[in-house]
Amino acid sequence: MKIHLPKMTFWKTILVIILLLGFYATVVRFTQGLGASTHLSDAFPWGLWIGFDVLCGVMLAAGGFLLTATVYIFNLEKFKPIIRPTVLTAFLGYSLVVVALMFDLGRPYRIWHPLVMWNPHSVMFEVAWCVMLYTTVLALEFAPIVFERRRLKGPTRVLHAISIPLVIAGVLLSTLHQSSLGSLYLIVPEKLNPLWYSPLLPVFFFISAVAVGLAMVIFESWMSAKAFHKQLELPLLQSLGRVLLVVLGVYAVLRFEDLYNRGVLPTLLHSSYETELFFLEVVIGLLLPIALLANPRIRSTAGGLYLSAVLVVLGFVTNRLNVSITGMESAAGVHYIPKWTEVAVTASIIGAGFAIFALAVKHLPIFPEAAGEEPPLPPLAEMTHAPL
Amino acid sequence: MLKSILYDATMCIDCKLCEKACAERNKLPYNEEVATEENLSAHKLTAVMAKGDKFMRRFCMNCEDPTCASVCPVAALRKTSAGPVTYDQTRCIGCRYCMMACPFNIPKYEWGVLLPRVRKCDMCADRVAAGKPTACAEACPTGATKFGDRDALVAEAKDRIAKNPGQYINHIYGLNEVGGTSVLLLSSVPFATFGYHTDMPKQPLPMLTYRVLSRIPDLVGLTGVFLGGIWWITHRREEVAAAEAHKEESEKTKK
Repeated sequence: MKIHLPKMTFWKTILVIILLLGFYATVVRFTQGLGASTHLSDAFPWGLWIGFDVLCGVMLAAGGFLLTATVYIFNLEKFKPIIRPTVLTAFLGYSLVVVALMFDLGRPYRIWHPLVMWNPHSVMFEVAWCVMLYTTVLALEFAPIVFERRRLKGPTRVLHAISIPLVIAGVLLSTLHQSSLGSLYLIVPEKLNPLWYSPLLPVFFFISAVAVGLAMVIFESWMSAKAFHKQLELPLLQSLGRVLLVVLGVYAVLRFEDLYNRGVLPTLLHSSYETELFFLEVVIGLLLPIALLANPRIRSTAGGLYLSAVLVVLGFVTNRLNVSITGMESAAGVHYIPKWTEVAVTASIIGAGFAIFALAVKHLPIFPEAAGEEPPLPPLAEMTHAPL
Repeated sequence: MLKSILYDATMCIDCKLCEKACAERNKLPYNEEVATEENLSAHKLTAVMAKGDKFMRRFCMNCEDPTCASVCPVAALRKTSAGPVTYDQTRCIGCRYCMMACPFNIPKYEWGVLLPRVRKCDMCADRVAAGKPTACAEACPTGATKFGDRDALVAEAKDRIAKNPGQYINHIYGLNEVGGTSVLLLSSVPFATFGYHTDMPKQPLPMLTYRVLSRIPDLVGLTGVFLGGIWWITHRREEVAAAEAHKEESEKTKK
C-alpha cells in the first residue's frame, strides 16, 4: 500500500486539475452557449461530444448487456464474479452519456421531448428511447447491490421476480441502439467518406460494440488490479480473450468484404488523410489484437490479454471518431479540431467516471473480495439463495 | 395542391430584393454587409450568388420527402401538404441531426445564442397558407423567382428549355433530386458552378434509414422469444439435474 500512495495522490491531483478545467468549460458552455465553448459550426455541427462522449461512451458500456446475457440467459455461471463491475461500468457509462448529451444539446432542458413528441421515422428518436429505457434497466440491475448494503429485502424480492425479463429487455434495447448509432450515419451517403459509409454500418457498430464490451471487461479487471488489488481469475479472462478473437475475426472479414464489394479497396493505395486514419484504426483495433490473441502463449498471459484489450478499445474509439469526424470533414470542407473547452468537458466526464467507479468499489460489494463477505451475490438471479 | 418556387437564373439581375424581402419577413437585420454574404447562416436564409455575370439563388429546397423532417427525433420539422417544410422551435431539442442529414446543407444554427434555434427558409408557410406567394417571389421585379402550382411550374420550366435552345442547360434542378423538391432551378451554366451537387440520388434519402427502422418490431419479437427460449433450455437442464440428484439421494437412503 505504501508504494501505491504517492501514485494515487498524483492521479488525484491530475483529476482535480481536469475537473477544475471542466468546471470552467461548463460555466462557459451554459452562460455563453455552444458557439463560445466549441469549434462546432454550420459546416460541422457534430464534434467531440457526439463522436467521443456519445458514440464511444455507449460502445464502451456494451459489456453490461453481454455479461448479463451470458450469465442469466446462457447460464454460464463461471462469469458471475465479473457481473457486478460490468453492470456498474455500464450504468455509469450510460449515465455519463446522458450528462454529455446535456452539454451537446442546444436546449438540454428539453431532453424529455422525445418522450411525448414522437417521430418513429427518426433513428435519433429510436436511440433516445432505447438509451433512456436501457439506463433504467441498468439502474434496476444495479439496484440490488445497493439494497444489499442497506439490507432492504422487499425491493430486492420484487427485482428478483422480474430479473429475467429485465435482462432480456436489456439485451434487446442494447442490440437496437448499439446498431442504431451506426444507422444514424446511413442518411449521409453523399457526405461520409466511402471508407466508412456502408449499408452495413449498423451491423459494424453492433459487432464492434460486442468486441469492445469484452475488451472493457478485461481492461477493467486490470485497472482494478492496479488500483484496488482486486482482479478476476485468469481462466475467466482467457475465455473472454478467445471469444474476443472470434468476434474480431468476424468483424475483420465482414469489414474487408464490404470494402471489396463496394470497390473501395483500391482507394487505400492512394495515401491521404483519410486512408492514414483508416490504417490507424485497422492496425490498432484489428490486426495487432488479432495477431496477439491468435498466439496461444500470449493469449494465456494476463499481460497479453490486457494489451490486446487496450488495443481493441483504442482501435474502435478511433473507428467511431473516424466515422463521426474524419470521414465527414472532406464533404464539410472544414478541418475540425475540438476547442480546449470541449476537451476539458470530455476529460472531466471520463475523470468523474473513474472517480465514481473507485468510490463505488470502495463502498459497495462490487468485487468478490471487496466486501470481505461470503461468496459474491450477483445482482439479480441468485437472490433467492441469499439469506433474505 | 403542391406549391413550388421556380427560380430562373437567366432572368435574375442580382438586385437582391428577394434577400431583403426574406430578411423582413423573418425579422432579420439586413444591410449592405449582409447583402455581400454569399453563404447561408442563421441571419441569412436566402442568398444570391454571383460568378461573373451569372447568378444563382440558394435557399431551402423544401424537399417533397424531406430528410430533415425524417431525422428529427421530435418532429419539429414537418412537410406541409402545400409544400413548405416548417420548423417548430418549441419542439426542437437542439440535436442538430437535421443539419448533419440535409443533403443540401441548408439548416443553420444560432451558435452565438444561449438558447439557439435552427434557422432555414420555410417557403413562407404562413403566407402560402393564406393563398399569397412567398415574400421573395412577390419582391422579384423580373419574374426570375416565380411562385405557383408545382405541376404548372414544372411544365413551364420544360417549355422554357424547349423553346430557347442553347439558353439553358437541359436540367431542371429539383425535379428529381432526392425524390423531387418544392424549389425548381433553371440555369444557363452547370449547377456545380455554384456548389450544387448534380450527382444526388433520385430516391428520397429517408428510405435509407426507414428500411432499417421498419425491421425493428420483427427483430424485437424474434430476439425476445429466442432469448427466452435459450433461458428456458439452459435452466431446464439445471432443474433436471437437480431433480435427478435428489432422486439418487433418496434411493440411496432407501437402501
